[in-house]
Amino acid sequence: MSIFAATPPATASGALARLMRSDGRRISSLGSLLLMAPFFLLMGFVFVWPIVNLLAISVLEPQPTFDNYGRVLSNPVYALVLMRTLWIAVLVTGLTLLFSYPVAYAMTRAKGPTLVLITACVLLPFWSSVLVRTAAWAVLLQRNGLVNQGLQWFGLTSEPVRLLYTQGAVVVAMTHVLMPFMILPIYGALRNISPDYMRAAAVLGASRSRAFREVMLPLSLPGVLSGSILVFLTALGFFVTPALLGSPQEMMIATLVSQQIRETLDWPFAAALVGVLTLFVSLIAVIFSKAVRFDRLMGGRE
Amino acid sequence: MNPRLDYGRLFLNAYVYAVLAFVLVPIAIILPMAFSEPSYLTFPPQGFTLDWFSTYFGDSRWMAATWLSLRVATLTAILTAVIGTMATYAMVRGRRGFGSVFQVLLMGPIVIPHIAIAVSLYMFLSAMGLLGTMFGYVLAHTVLAMPFVVFTVAAALSRVDADLEAAAMSCGASRFTAFHQVTLPLILPNVASGGLFAFIISFDEPVVSFFLAGIRDKTLPRMMFDDIEQNLTPVIPAVAVILTLASVAIIFGTALLRHRAQRMQAIGREA
Repeated sequence: MSIFAATPPATASGALARLMRSDGRRISSLGSLLLMAPFFLLMGFVFVWPIVNLLAISVLEPQPTFDNYGRVLSNPVYALVLMRTLWIAVLVTGLTLLFSYPVAYAMTRAKGPTLVLITACVLLPFWSSVLVRTAAWAVLLQRNGLVNQGLQWFGLTSEPVRLLYTQGAVVVAMTHVLMPFMILPIYGALRNISPDYMRAAAVLGASRSRAFREVMLPLSLPGVLSGSILVFLTALGFFVTPALLGSPQEMMIATLVSQQIRETLDWPFAAALVGVLTLFVSLIAVIFSKAVRFDRLMGGRE
Repeated sequence: MNPRLDYGRLFLNAYVYAVLAFVLVPIAIILPMAFSEPSYLTFPPQGFTLDWFSTYFGDSRWMAATWLSLRVATLTAILTAVIGTMATYAMVRGRRGFGSVFQVLLMGPIVIPHIAIAVSLYMFLSAMGLLGTMFGYVLAHTVLAMPFVVFTVAAALSRVDADLEAAAMSCGASRFTAFHQVTLPLILPNVASGGLFAFIISFDEPVVSFFLAGIRDKTLPRMMFDDIEQNLTPVIPAVAVILTLASVAIIFGTALLRHRAQRMQAIGREA
C-alpha cells in the first residue's frame, strides 16, 4: 500500500509527492483523505443529505412557500403541542437534575461495595432497553397496577385512578429513562474536582456546607450544564415514552410527527414539524457548544 | 463536628437511596412477571411457569425479529468499528484539515433528535425503495452508533505514543505494517468495546426502526413496541429477562476489555 509508505515514490510529481509525504508521526494528506472517505460518504449520504432533503420538502411542497411552517406556528392546536413539548422537556430536565445531583455526589464519596452498588443501580437501567423500562411503567401505572394498589392501601383514593395515558405518566417515565444521561456528566465533573480544594476550604475555616456551596457546586456546574442540555434536547424529541404512555389528546411533537406521517400522510407538514424541532435543537446546541463536551457524556475522565 | 450536619448526611443518604429505589423498582418489578401464570401482567406474580419463554422461542414472528435484530446489530458493529477506526486514526495521526467538519458530523447524531433522523431517513429510503430492508437498518444504525465508537477509539489512540509507529517505520515497516503490527493491537480492545457499544445501540434502537420497518421485516424493538401498544402480555417481561441477562454479560465483557486495554496501553507507554 504505497499511500502509507514513508517515502514518496520517485516518479510522483511535486504536488502529489507533497500530498503523499508522511513522516513517522503524521500520515500523508492523501492517506488521511482516503481513510476518512468512508466516514464522510456515510455521514453525508445517510445523515446530512436526508435532513437537507427533508428541509427542502418542508419549504418546497406542495408549493415553494413557508406555509407549512406558518401552519405549525399559527394553528392553536399545533402551537399547543409545541408549548406542551417544551414544558415537559423543562420539567423532565428539572426533575432529573433534582434526582441526579445527590446520586452523583454520593458516587464520588462512596468507596468499595457501596460504590459498586450505586454504580450498578445507575448503569443497569442505562444498559437495559428503553422499551423494557417503558413497559415497566405501563405495568406499574395500569388500572390495577402497583401504584394504584398503593394509593388505595394508604386510603388516598377509594377506586383506581387513571394514571396511564396521562402527561404525568410520560413525565415520570421520561425522568426514569433519561436519568443516567444526567448522572454521568455530573459524576464526571465532580470526580475531576481535587479533594484538596475541599480540604483547603476546610482549613480556611469554611463549614462543610459552605465549602460545598462555594467550591464544589460552582466547579461541578459544567457537568450540570452538559447533563441538562443533553436531557433537555433528548426530551424535546422523545418518541417512545409519549407514544406508549401518553394520551392521544395530549401529543408531544414527536408523536404528532408520527401521526402526520403514518395516519394523515401529510409529509410536507410533518417535514415542517421536524424542521422546527431540528432547527430549535441545533440552535441550542450551537449556543452551548463551547460549554458542553459531548465526548464526555459517558462520564469520561480527561 | 456539630450534630446538625449529621442530620444533613442522614437526609442525603435517605434521599440517595430513595432515588436509587425509583431507578431500580420498575425493572425489579417487571422481571419476575416473566414467570407469572396469568396472561395479563400483575404484581406480585401468580404461580410459576416458563410458558412465556416457550411462547417467545416458539413464535416465528418473535424469532424472525430477534434474528433480524441480531444480524443488523452485528453488521452495524463491524461497519461502525471499521469506518470509525479508519477515520479516527486519520484524524488523530493525519494532517488535520477537516477537524471541525468531523466534529460537527459526530455531534449531529447525538444532538439531532432520533425522530428527525428517523423521519428524514424514512422519506429518503422510501424514495429509494429501501424501507424495511436490512441494508436500510444497518446504514441508519451505523450513523447513530458512529460517535460512540469514534470517542472510544480516539481515547485509546491518544494514549498510544505516536513514536512507537515512527520507530517501527524507521526500522523499515510501511505505515500500514506499523499500524497493523504496533498500533492496532494496542487499541484493539477499545475498538472491540466500541463495536460492542454499537451492537447494543443498534439492537436496542426503537425510533428509527419504528419508521423504517416494513410490514414484515420488523426488528425486535419494533415487535416489543407493537406488543406493549396492543396487548402487553408476559412475553415482554420474558424478553426483558433475556435482554437483561445478555446486557449483564456484555457489561462484564466490556469491563474485561477495558481492563485489558488499559493494561496493554500502560505497557505501550512504558515501552
